[in-house]
Amino acid sequence: MLSGLVDGIFSGISLGSVLLLAALGLAIVFGLMGVINMAHGELIMLGAYTTFLVQNALKNTPLFGIYIFVALIAAFIVTAIFGLILERGVIRHLYGRPLETLLATWGVSLILQQFVRSVSWQLVAIVAVFCVLFFGAMTIVARRTDFERIRGWFLAVMLPLSAVSAIAVGNVLGATYKLAFTKEWFGARNVDVTAPRWLRGGLPVAGTQFSYARIFIIVLTIACVVGVYWFLNNTPWGLRIRSVTQNRTMSACLGIPTKKVDALTFALGSGLAGLAGCAVSLLGSVGPNTGQNYIVDTFMVVVVGGVGKLAGSILAALAIGTANYLIGSNTLVDLTAPIQPLSDVFAFFSTISMAKVLVFALIIAFLQFRPGGLFPQKGRTVDA
Amino acid sequence: MTKPFGRREFMILGSTAAGSILLKACGSNPSTPTGTSASPVASTAASTTAAGNTVKVGILHSLSGTMAISEKSVVDAENLAIEEINKAGGVLGKQIEAVIEDGNSDWPTFAEKSKKLIDQDKVATVFGCWTSASRKAVLPVFESKKSLLWYPVQYEGQECSNNVFYTGAAPNQQIEPSVDWLLENKGKEFFLVGSDYVFPRTANTIIKAQLDAKGGKTVGEDYVPLGSTEVKSVIQKIRQALPNGGVIYNSLNGDSNVAFFKELQASGLEPDKYPSMSVSIAEEEVKAIGVDYLKGHYAAWNYFQTVNSPASTKFVEAFKAKYGSDRVVNDPMEAAYIMVYLWKQSVEKAGTFEDLDKVKAAAYGQTFDAPEGRVTMNPNHHLSKFVRIGEVGEDSLFKIVYESTEAVQPVPWNQYVADTKGLGCDWSDPAKGGKYKTT
Repeated sequence: MLSGLVDGIFSGISLGSVLLLAALGLAIVFGLMGVINMAHGELIMLGAYTTFLVQNALKNTPLFGIYIFVALIAAFIVTAIFGLILERGVIRHLYGRPLETLLATWGVSLILQQFVRSVSWQLVAIVAVFCVLFFGAMTIVARRTDFERIRGWFLAVMLPLSAVSAIAVGNVLGATYKLAFTKEWFGARNVDVTAPRWLRGGLPVAGTQFSYARIFIIVLTIACVVGVYWFLNNTPWGLRIRSVTQNRTMSACLGIPTKKVDALTFALGSGLAGLAGCAVSLLGSVGPNTGQNYIVDTFMVVVVGGVGKLAGSILAALAIGTANYLIGSNTLVDLTAPIQPLSDVFAFFSTISMAKVLVFALIIAFLQFRPGGLFPQKGRTVDA
Repeated sequence: MTKPFGRREFMILGSTAAGSILLKACGSNPSTPTGTSASPVASTAASTTAAGNTVKVGILHSLSGTMAISEKSVVDAENLAIEEINKAGGVLGKQIEAVIEDGNSDWPTFAEKSKKLIDQDKVATVFGCWTSASRKAVLPVFESKKSLLWYPVQYEGQECSNNVFYTGAAPNQQIEPSVDWLLENKGKEFFLVGSDYVFPRTANTIIKAQLDAKGGKTVGEDYVPLGSTEVKSVIQKIRQALPNGGVIYNSLNGDSNVAFFKELQASGLEPDKYPSMSVSIAEEEVKAIGVDYLKGHYAAWNYFQTVNSPASTKFVEAFKAKYGSDRVVNDPMEAAYIMVYLWKQSVEKAGTFEDLDKVKAAAYGQTFDAPEGRVTMNPNHHLSKFVRIGEVGEDSLFKIVYESTEAVQPVPWNQYVADTKGLGCDWSDPAKGGKYKTT
């Protein structure tokens, strides 16, 4: 009984912290910019793949024992840079049009999934050659004063031209170097991330065992939440981010560079997704679909928590995680054993699939009473 | 006003163009390795096309989506077999030309693409599918168009179509012997865990019936949604149901396996007390999950890369030479490789590509010296296969701990399950057909 309860509490917190870590970046991006980032899951995936690469690079070196810390830093940097490119390249053109960002980021997520499946030196070469030719030519032509007028022509000529030459270069290189060049880096299969020895196994407590990997994730989540709070509340850029969240127009009037704030926030949110990717690689699989496994849950956390409020996300993640675990395992069935009908109901829902159904139903019911989530935003800016 | 609009428009155009290039490159990629490394074959094929000297076959697997993980390597094995056959002179003097279609892990797409292969490409036969769901989706197409599908994956049985040849294991060639082995060697108490779809649920129905019949006990059963990685509550249930250890029978598929074995180890359920038998984990999955998590667990298949026979060595070496030395082969890939050869033999015996009744009749009794051993096609459209149980070793390959002395006859209709008890299948006899009473 005791072991069941202890295990329930630990597992609930642990599930919650995974959810929170995955949702933290999304909560910031969604809260600040109103951007529904469907590619968030793929940013998590990129973080997980970065972990895989770091692990392989440090294999058989003395650093292997602590590769996970190197991977955390690398994953943060890689995904933050990618987020920055995504924001600069796609999302900033779509601000204020939530449906279009939804579609665009969903497209980005599909491209990223297929990209990690198919990426090979050949593909990289093709994309690189295309970018150099096309964007290089554009930079040169854009200097002309009549660029606006000839833009249509430019696109019609340069797009197919660079595409054809890029594919030609790729195929020639592929035919020259054969397998070494055309072989996929990761392929469609999952790749393995094996935790360092000290993170495997667990700590025996009261008849059950706490997994070290999960303890590590709980600590990491706490560190991230504290870090984000500190950043938002104690740094000049944090102050600017908060002011833009509260009132974008007024902040712009007061001279806050809102565009820079947007880019920075998006990079920060993406970086946090990278950290989450590194963390989930310790628990689950790393593959092209890794992100898809988390995206629905993370949106659930943000919506239940209330958009724009970190405290809400934290509470929502813990609540959803604990509820999922308690319903999915037999814990509630045992606790309610004296009351037969209630225990029968819980027994019916006590598989992982059915627990999800019940949790979804509870969330829908909850949102009927509190449509804004746990901590809805208040004030006149809400509708803006 | 014009400028920002223009730039935005440009960026959208630019990014879609870049995206489409990327997709195009991705789309063409799966075929590139074959195209480049198999250049002599490709060129002969091209030259003979002009003379009308090729025969088209369809390959229908998921090259994108969730199932791409497993199905891409099966396509590799099929391509290898086709290349070997072409090098050796083709079938009935014709070179095989594969038309590869992507089922996109989406079952209606499978049905649509199979129609396209049959109606537009007019292929002689189709090699394809992995999940039972995709097979069930294309089944009506093949039956109504009287076409032929070769299916390479172990499955739950309870099906026997006149238009499908099944070269993977039926339950009595994988699940049932492995349960017997566990009962004999590992314990009587079983916890069944599986993904939440047709194969694990049917498989577990069979296992439960078998355990009841043989004095074992099912202490618990749980299902995880496909792709879910939160399996902590399953572990807790196993610990509750089997406090002193017992057997875990695992029919999880895909991503959940990784989470499951990581969690199993972290929760201290070691294989010496909690041995697990998996039916969906082969060499490639071991690599993807990480051997440190799987060491000491078991899997049941018909073929492992470690099978020691000349045919197996030849298969492994040919595969590695074509796709890279770090690649591994597994059971479904072997079954896929076999079925291309079996099709070739049947067609050659029948002397025709088009008359499928003759091809089918010729297929019955065909034998092939497969990597797993000598297999025979039965009149019930299933193969007699060897049963093996392997233990995951340090080198991420399987150490074979059990091997059937002879090929096991396939039983598509399960004899433990009450609904199908006493049913049989024999397509060589028009009076019997796909579902007749044996008693």
